[in-house]
Amino acid sequence: MTIRFNDETFRDDYSFRNSAEAIRRFPFPFDKDDYMYSVNMEPHGTGGRAGSVFEKRFDVDEHYVAEMRDRAITLAGDPLRCQSLPHMELAGWDLLELIMQCKAEDYPELFQLHRDGDRWHWINRPLGIEQRFTFLDPTTLPCGPLEYITRQAQGDFAVLDQREGNLWMDAGMVTSQADWSLDFDIGMNFFEWHAPVPKAAEMGIFQRALKFLLAVQQGAPSRRLNWTMTVNPRLDTSPENYHLWGPEKRTITPENVGAKQYLRVELQSFWRLPRSNALAFPIRCYLIALEDLVTVPKWARRLHRVIRDLPDELADYKGFAVNRQIIIDYLAQFDDGKPTSPGIFADD
Amino acid sequence: MRATEFSSSIPSRPVYAGLRPHGALPALMLAEGAGGEALAELAGADPSVMRRAHLFWIPAGAGPGLAARLRALGPAGYVEGPDYAALRPRFVRALADAHMGTRLYLAGDEGLIGQAMADALAAGMPLEAIDAEHRGGIARRMQCVHCKGITENVTTDPFTCAHCGLNLFVRDHYSRRIGAFQGVCVDAETPGQVPEPQEIKP
Repeated sequence: MTIRFNDETFRDDYSFRNSAEAIRRFPFPFDKDDYMYSVNMEPHGTGGRAGSVFEKRFDVDEHYVAEMRDRAITLAGDPLRCQSLPHMELAGWDLLELIMQCKAEDYPELFQLHRDGDRWHWINRPLGIEQRFTFLDPTTLPCGPLEYITRQAQGDFAVLDQREGNLWMDAGMVTSQADWSLDFDIGMNFFEWHAPVPKAAEMGIFQRALKFLLAVQQGAPSRRLNWTMTVNPRLDTSPENYHLWGPEKRTITPENVGAKQYLRVELQSFWRLPRSNALAFPIRCYLIALEDLVTVPKWARRLHRVIRDLPDELADYKGFAVNRQIIIDYLAQFDDGKPTSPGIFADD
Repeated sequence: MRATEFSSSIPSRPVYAGLRPHGALPALMLAEGAGGEALAELAGADPSVMRRAHLFWIPAGAGPGLAARLRALGPAGYVEGPDYAALRPRFVRALADAHMGTRLYLAGDEGLIGQAMADALAAGMPLEAIDAEHRGGIARRMQCVHCKGITENVTTDPFTCAHCGLNLFVRDHYSRRIGAFQGVCVDAETPGQVPEPQEIKP
């Protein structure tokens, strides 16, 4: 398998595009025609459906190189997007090992990891990186282990300390977030950083999710999908820069909605780390323009029904209430009312 | 003046359970203005709390009578300062010198409690060792999520960031590490369309 990496942008001229292959493997998040919060966990790891984003442990796709370039731009403008409280250094090394090992095993033609005791040699071909370093010795890397490896891995990464029967947002690399601030939330516990989410707390979602996550075992990662809507293929929809990207949300018209309105899906996974007992929480973002999504008839029908029937509070929270009717009107033309098959995958 | 009762909100919004005496354990006490009454009431409920307490006092408009009353409670140490910024170096030093098992009593408005608690947590004091009671005004200490600057004593929503000048709305989302609520641009999507400011309610 070879991947052709796109030369594309996630800001300014927004030249991001999904190939036909990327559309086919898009992680469509709805397994039925309506949506409400749930603790929709399932096992993650090797052996996922061939060709899907679940096949490998840390999916690498055609956007890899461009996403890493976009992350570097964001970090250059705001170093606080990557932070680690002092007690999280070991968890950073755990994460570095996990990602290097998984990438090297799952994509041997792209990544290699050679270990001789503590002396490691890492080769990242797509990014042209070759690094010899001593594991657990931070002076042998150009930056901390968390920042080093997450500059080479798609998606945001939260690293959660586990203590007092709770999870604590004590480290992370967050440059492609759906409007939350690591700098503000760092140090908070599970209930505190989820505090702004409407309805879910009274549904008991967070109590159940926390119970599940506290019990995640080493070697048995889990995953779930989450979603929102974003105008333009923008990774950095941070609160920090909201005043800069906010005006774009008001540029949707019936004419451009198919091209400018994107479904944004997070593939969230959860990994127990071996030395620190921390929980790694990668949040991988996938974007698809509505006009590309509707090329899959099942997804078009279902997304129409989900958006149409969504409780108002959720559309508000997810930030697309202002464009909701235009989205519904656009999708309606692709919904002939026929039943949809169960599950998230396109019909073959 | 009684402890402030806040309307119910999201789980990150701090609630202040009030001061409860923990006996003659080593203690740091910090009060500002109306918070001094809370310390006096605490000592009234259990005079032994003062025996090993170092008291930091910011009068902030409270008359000299209250200062005299606090001194008369007989704390092991007494430091007075004009505001938290001025008192902070000595308070932070006391936090650094504190032994395990030391209690912290905080009483005043949210800005004072927030800053002092952030310093205490950064110094390694466990959250469970801290009692806090809200007394005084309900002005909030706000962090601008955009420029990161802190605006003190915010009483309206929206308000203008004292640093970058953006119009920010007042969220209930609160960071104990920063000791501030989050302010987010209110007219980000429609620049210039700023709602009429309203007084913040408890």
